Amino acid sequence: MTNGGTATAAGATAAAAPVSVRDLTVAYDEKPVLWDADLDIPAGSLAAIIGPNGAGKSTLIKAILGLVPAAAGTVRLFGEPYERVRKSVGYVPQRGSVDWDFPTSVLDVVMMGMYGRLGWVRRPGKSERERARECLREVGMEDFAARQISQLSGGQQQRVFLARALAQEARMYFMDEPFAGVDATTERAIIGILQRLRDDGKTVLVVHHDLQTAPEYFDWVVLLNVRIMASGPMEATFTPDNLQRTYGGKIAFLK
Amino acid sequence: MNVLRDLFLDYTLRNIALGAAVLGLVSGVLGSFAVLRRQGLMGDALSHAALPGICLAYLLTGSKAPLVLMLGAAAAGWLGMVLILRIVRHTRIDPNSALGIVLTVFFGFGVVLLTVLQKRNDAGQAGLDKFLFGQAAAMTQEQVATMAVLGGAALLVVALLYKEFKLLAFDPEFARSLALPTRSLDLLLTSLLVVAVVIGLNTVGVVLMSAMLVAPGAAARQWTDSLSKMLALAGAFGAASGIAGAVLSVTAERIPTGPVIILCVTLIVIVSLLFGSARGLVWEWLRQARHRREMRAAMAAEGGTTP
Repeated sequence: MTNGGTATAAGATAAAAPVSVRDLTVAYDEKPVLWDADLDIPAGSLAAIIGPNGAGKSTLIKAILGLVPAAAGTVRLFGEPYERVRKSVGYVPQRGSVDWDFPTSVLDVVMMGMYGRLGWVRRPGKSERERARECLREVGMEDFAARQISQLSGGQQQRVFLARALAQEARMYFMDEPFAGVDATTERAIIGILQRLRDDGKTVLVVHHDLQTAPEYFDWVVLLNVRIMASGPMEATFTPDNLQRTYGGKIAFLK
Repeated sequence: MNVLRDLFLDYTLRNIALGAAVLGLVSGVLGSFAVLRRQGLMGDALSHAALPGICLAYLLTGSKAPLVLMLGAAAAGWLGMVLILRIVRHTRIDPNSALGIVLTVFFGFGVVLLTVLQKRNDAGQAGLDKFLFGQAAAMTQEQVATMAVLGGAALLVVALLYKEFKLLAFDPEFARSLALPTRSLDLLLTSLLVVAVVIGLNTVGVVLMSAMLVAPGAAARQWTDSLSKMLALAGAFGAASGIAGAVLSVTAERIPTGPVIILCVTLIVIVSLLFGSARGLVWEWLRQARHRREMRAAMAAEGGTTP
C-alpha cells in the first residue's frame, strides 16, 4: 500500500478519524468488487454499510482490516496504518465463517478476543476468565459459559462472537452481518449493545442488509454498490434518491 | 505374563514398543489438528511424498543411517507440503485435487526410484522397501532415541503455541485480524506433521502412516468436547495402539508390527464411534428410539385413532 500523502497529513492531527479510506480498490480475478472507495467515519458513530448482494460490503470491511489484499488505495485507522492500531480494533466475522462443531467451550471462544493482548505463548489465566464472564453477562449469555459451542442456536452463536469482540476492549468495531439469521430477542440484545458502545464513545461499523431497520438502528450510513454511492449522517443520506441509485430499479418498498 | 516381563527386559521388544509409543503419541497429538482443520488427507499426501526423499537420500549419500534417511524423508515431505499450499493458493485447483496430485506424483517417483535401486543389484539398497510398510522389528535404540528427540521437540512447540494453533484451527480469519502471522503458523503446524511422518517411517511406513495421523484424533473427538482433552486422549490412544501392536506382533509368529498397530488403532476408532461419551452413535440411536416411542405414546393418548 502506498503512503498516501493526504491521508498521512490528516493522520497527524490530534483527532484523526477512526476510519479514513482513500481510493480503495479490490478485485477478485480481475473483476473489481470494490472500486475506488473513499470513506470517512467520524468518531462515536454507529454506522451501517448497506447495499445489494455482491455490492462488496464484506469486502470493504475485510480490505480495511487487511484480510483481503487491496489492488490500490490507502487505509488509515485513527490516522495510522492498521498494523499499528490493531489492538484498538475489534472484529466480528460472519457467523458462518467458522466450524461450530469445533471442540471448545463458549468461555474459550470469548477469551480468544484477548489473545492479541496476551501476546505469544502466554495463556489466559484467572483474570481473563473473569473478564470473559463479564463480556458474556453483557450479551446475556453468562449461563452458557461452559457450554460446548455446537449446542448454541444461531442467535446465541452471534452473541458469543459479540462477547468475544467486547473482550477485545477496542476503540472501534467492525461487524460483518451480525443480524443475519438471528431471532428477534438476539437482534434487540445486539442493537442494545451496539448503541451502548456508541454511547461510550466507540465507533462501530456494521454490514447490514435490512433497509427497514437501518434508519432506526444507525446514525450514519454508507450506501455501497461496488462504488460508494453515498455516505453521511442517516437522515441526510438515507434518501429514496440515493437508495434508488444504490439498488438500481430493484427497490419497491419505499413510499 | 512373559510378554509383560519382556516389555521391560527384552531389548528388541522394548525398542519396538517404545518407538511405536512415541510415534503414536506424537502423531495422535499433531494429527488431531489435521482432523479438526479438515486436512486429514494432508498426512496421507505428506507421508507418501516422503518415499522419494528416502531413496534420494540413499542415492546421494550411500548411507542408510537413520538420521540421513529421516532428513531425506523430511525434505521431500516438506517440499510436497509447500507444493500443495502453493497449488491451492495460486491456482483454481481445489485442495483435495492438489493433495491427490502431489501424493501420486511423489509416491510414483519414489516407487520408480525403489525399482531402479533394486535393479542395480547393490546389496546396500536392501531394506529400503521396508519403508513402505515399516519394519519395527529391526528398530535400534539409536533410532528410538532419534524419534524421541524429534517427537519431544514437536510436542514442545505445540505446548508453547497451543493458544495460537487453537485459534488458527477454529477461526483463521479472526486470527489474522489480530495480526497473527497465520501463514507462518499454518506452515509451522504442517511442518510438525512432516516431523510426525518422519518419526513413523521405521514403524508403520509411508503407506500406513496417514492412519496413525487421522485415527487417534478422530477417535478422541468422540469422547470429549474440549480441545486440550482431545489432544491428550489422541496421544494416549496413539501410544496405546503402538504398544499393543508391538506386543501382539511379537507374541504371534511373523506378523509385521506396523499393520498390527494400524489394526489396533482402527479398533479404538470403531469402539469410539459407537460408544464415545460425547457423540457415540449407540447413545444417539437409543435417544432417537426413545424419542420415537414417546411421540407415539403421546399421539395415541391424544387422538385414540392409531393407523
